[in-house]
Order: sequence, then structure tokens, then C-alpha cells
Amino acid sequence: MIVELTVNGEPRVATVPGSVSLLTVLRDELALPGSKNACEQGECGSCSVLFDGELVCACLVMAADCDGSDVVTVEGIGTDEHLHPVQQAMLDAGAVQCGFCTPGFVVAAARLIETNPTPDAGDIREALAGNVCRCTGYGAILRALESLAKGAS
Amino acid sequence: MEIVRPTTLDDALAARDALPGADLLAGGTDLMVEVNFHHREPEHVIALRRVSEIAGWEGRRIGAGVTWTRMEKGPLRALAQLSRTVGSPQIRNAGTIGGNIGTASPAGDGLPYLAALDAEIEVASAGRGVRRLRWDEFLVGVKQTALRPDEIIIAAILPEVMPVAEEFAKVGVRNAMVISTVSACVMRMPDSTWRIALGSVAPTVIRARRAEELLGTTAAPRGSLLAEVADAVAAEVRPITDHRATEAYRRHASGVLVRRLVGRCAA
Ligand SMILES: Cc1cc2nc3c(=O)[nH]c(=O)nc-3n(C[C@H](O)[C@H](O)[C@H](O)COP(=O)(O)OP(=O)(O)OC[C@H]3O[C@@H](n4cnc5c(N)ncnc54)[C@H](O)[C@@H]3O)c2cc1C
Ligand code: FES
Ligand code: FES
Repeated sequence: MIVELTVNGEPRVATVPGSVSLLTVLRDELALPGSKNACEQGECGSCSVLFDGELVCACLVMAADCDGSDVVTVEGIGTDEHLHPVQQAMLDAGAVQCGFCTPGFVVAAARLIETNPTPDAGDIREALAGNVCRCTGYGAILRALESLAKGAS
Repeated sequence: MEIVRPTTLDDALAARDALPGADLLAGGTDLMVEVNFHHREPEHVIALRRVSEIAGWEGRRIGAGVTWTRMEKGPLRALAQLSRTVGSPQIRNAGTIGGNIGTASPAGDGLPYLAALDAEIEVASAGRGVRRLRWDEFLVGVKQTALRPDEIIIAAILPEVMPVAEEFAKVGVRNAMVISTVSACVMRMPDSTWRIALGSVAPTVIRARRAEELLGTTAAPRGSLLAEVADAVAAEVRPITDHRATEAYRRHASGVLVRRLVGRCAA
């Protein structure tokens, strides 16, 4: 099945095999491997993307239902030359260990900062409640975002 | 696999009529887990998220497509409380009340709210039009509903008389992303009667009728009455032992939860 959608601001056409998820199509058909596949059941958040502006797990979106949708992946959040403030803050705080969870955290945190530029510690924890870090590097991730929020206020 | 993406209810019902075996897809947070793990291999899918008639929430009528994120910000206290406990922000942005009702899990967190209110589920088909079933006519067993193969859930219909106080709480192994071990919703009504509903302690969500009777119209139950109510709830529920908790724990937790929530609803 052919699905036409916008990914990171560009119109894309994808061939969707059967009932696969948006995550599979992003990674295998559209050459965007930034979104990670860890659990395929909505538990870990490593596949987080913005879907028509809302933060969701790409592994739970049926790709065949994406015709006409607007998707932003971690590849669309910043560039090598211009990191997103969330990416810079995480770099500065050393908030990356193996890095597998990082794309999901970046997308979720970027969405938080967009909707609430000055979140408090509770807002940050709540916004990231759907993202799991198997290296349990939460302390540095939270510190990165708290310092970013402090800088903005 | 074929997918139909209707934008009107009429088109959705016509598709449902033409493809009675099709899987309905709303937020996908239950369906896609089954698909990803090959527990379900849909041949035909009817995607409902573009159907505007089921996406709205007006007063007593909550469209099937309304997400937890919207209910979390809505005016109904216990509904907002329970919505806030569902999954994670990602899950709440996608998951809908209609999907929760459609899945009919004993642990579905929206269901104790509907049961406590004696809410109705509105369904429709191309052939027979609209019908409404009370929650206990609709939810008939573990993941089993009275939905016919040509029907779609349209909305949850709340009653005209709403509670003066309502509270929800659930017990689970942690704070985020957790399936209820026991959930409870307690309401105090304008006529001073009480409503108590529990999830994860029987094949479907249930009402604790015996405990409701014990409370009668006592506005601020205390001491021995509260203890009696907790005991009645623990005796009334029909939990099982599974990997999440034992039967004994679920009975105990049911009583404790209800006692606390009654305290919070007391005048
Ligand atoms: C990580 C994770 C955490 C979760 N946490 C919770 C939780 O804390 N509490 C909880 O209650 N649930 C939880 N869930 C389960 C799920 O998110 C909810 O049940 C949600 O409400 C399902 O809605 P949906 O729109 O995503 O349904 P879908 O997956 O799209 O559909 C679910 C079922 O309902 C049917 N259906 C959907 N819409 C209709 C309709 N209009 N008419 C008829 N049938 C319909 C579908 O065919 C399917 O069988 C969780 C799921 C995940 C993946
Ligand atoms: S891979 Fe999607 S939430 Fe884990
Ligand atoms: S850095 Fe390894 S999973 Fe988070």
C-alpha cells in the first residue's frame, strides 16, 4: 500500500507492507533510523515522534493509517550544525550513556519545551514519564532539562 | 491488508457493514500491541480517527474518539484523575475512551467511572441505527462486549444527575505506565447515596452494591462504618491471583482504596 505523508517538513511517499507500524516504515522504508525500536509495545518511548503535532509512540501508529499525516522524528528536531536547545543541554550535562533512549527523550523534551518553556521539576518528570532509560541515566537527563528551563526563565 | 479511512460516520458504518470482520482502529494503543506481537493479523482495518462525529465531547456525551489527554484536562474530577494515570503522555495522546471500552479489559481504567455513573454506551450500525446499552449490558466478560459485528461505539453517555463528589484511585507497582492491580471510583450523589465501582477484581468492572447499601445516605461516614464498608468491599469483589497480585492482596487493597475514597468524598 502506498502512503503519502510529510516527514520532517518534506513530502514523502512510502510503500507500507501490511499492518506494520509507522516506526517500521520510518526505519526500514524512509531511511530514518533515529527513532529506536526497543519494546514495540508503547512501554519505553524510544520510538517517540510528533504525529500531527502530538507526542506518540511510533510503534503504536499503524503506518497504513498515516496517509496525509505530519510526522516529526528526532532527525527533524535539530541539525548537526544547529543542535536543538534540548540536545545541547543534554550534551552539556552528559545525559547520554549508550544513547539508545536518547532520541525518544529528545523528542519528548523538545515537545515539552515547546509547550512549556519553563517547566518545573515535576512538569519535566511527568513529560518524560513515558521514556525509559535502560542505563538509568535519569539524573543527568533531568539535570539537563532543569538547567535549560532555568536558563529560559 | 486493506485499510478504509472514512471521514464521516455514515461512511464508517457502511464500511463496517461491508466488512464485518474488520478490525476497528482508534488510537492503536491496544490494537497495535497485538499486531506487533502477531497476536492479531488484520485483513481489513477501518481507521476511525478521521470520523468527526465520534471525536467530540459535548456535556454528557463523550465521543468514542476523545483521548485521555483531553479528559485529563476536562471538568470531571474523577475522570481527569483516572485519565492522568493512564500509561504515559504518549499513550494518553493516542488512546481513547472508545478504545478502552472496546477492549473491555477488567483493568480498563475508564470503566469504573462509567460503572459508578451507570453510564450508557451508544453504538450504531448501518442497518439498525443507534442503540444504547447500560455499561453492565455492554461489558459482558473479560475483553468481551455486546458489540455486534456491524456496530461501532459512538459515545459514552453520562447521566443527567451527576455526583456532588467523585474520586478515583488505583493501586499498581509504580506511578507511571502501570496496569491497575486494583482500581476504584467512589461517588457521592445529590440524593446522598453512594456509588462504588472497582476494576481488576472481577471479569468485568463491578459495583460494590453491598457496601453502597451499608453507606446508605450517611454524608460523612466514620470509624466503624468505614471499617464495615471496607470489609464488605473486600468480601464482595471476585479477584484472581495472577502475576500482578494475589487474590488476598486484591481483596485487601479494594477495601483500603474504597475506604480512602469514601473519606475524600465525605461531606
Ligand atoms: C504502554 C501502555 C500503557 C497503557 N496503560 C493503560 C492504563 O494505565 N490504563 C488503561 O486503562 N489502559 C492502558 N493501556 C491500554 C490502552 O491504552 C487503552 O485501553 C486505550 O484507551 C485504548 O484506546 P485506543 O484508542 O488506543 O484503542 P485501539 O487500540 O485503537 O482499539 C482498542 C480496541 O477497541 C476497539 N475499538 C476502538 N474504537 C472503537 C469504536 N469506536 N467502536 C468499537 N470498537 C472500537 C478496537 O477494534 C480494538 O479492539 C495502555 C496501553 C499501553 C500500550
Ligand atoms: S519501541 Fe515504541 S515505545 Fe518502545
Ligand atoms: S542511555 Fe542507555 S538507554 Fe538511556
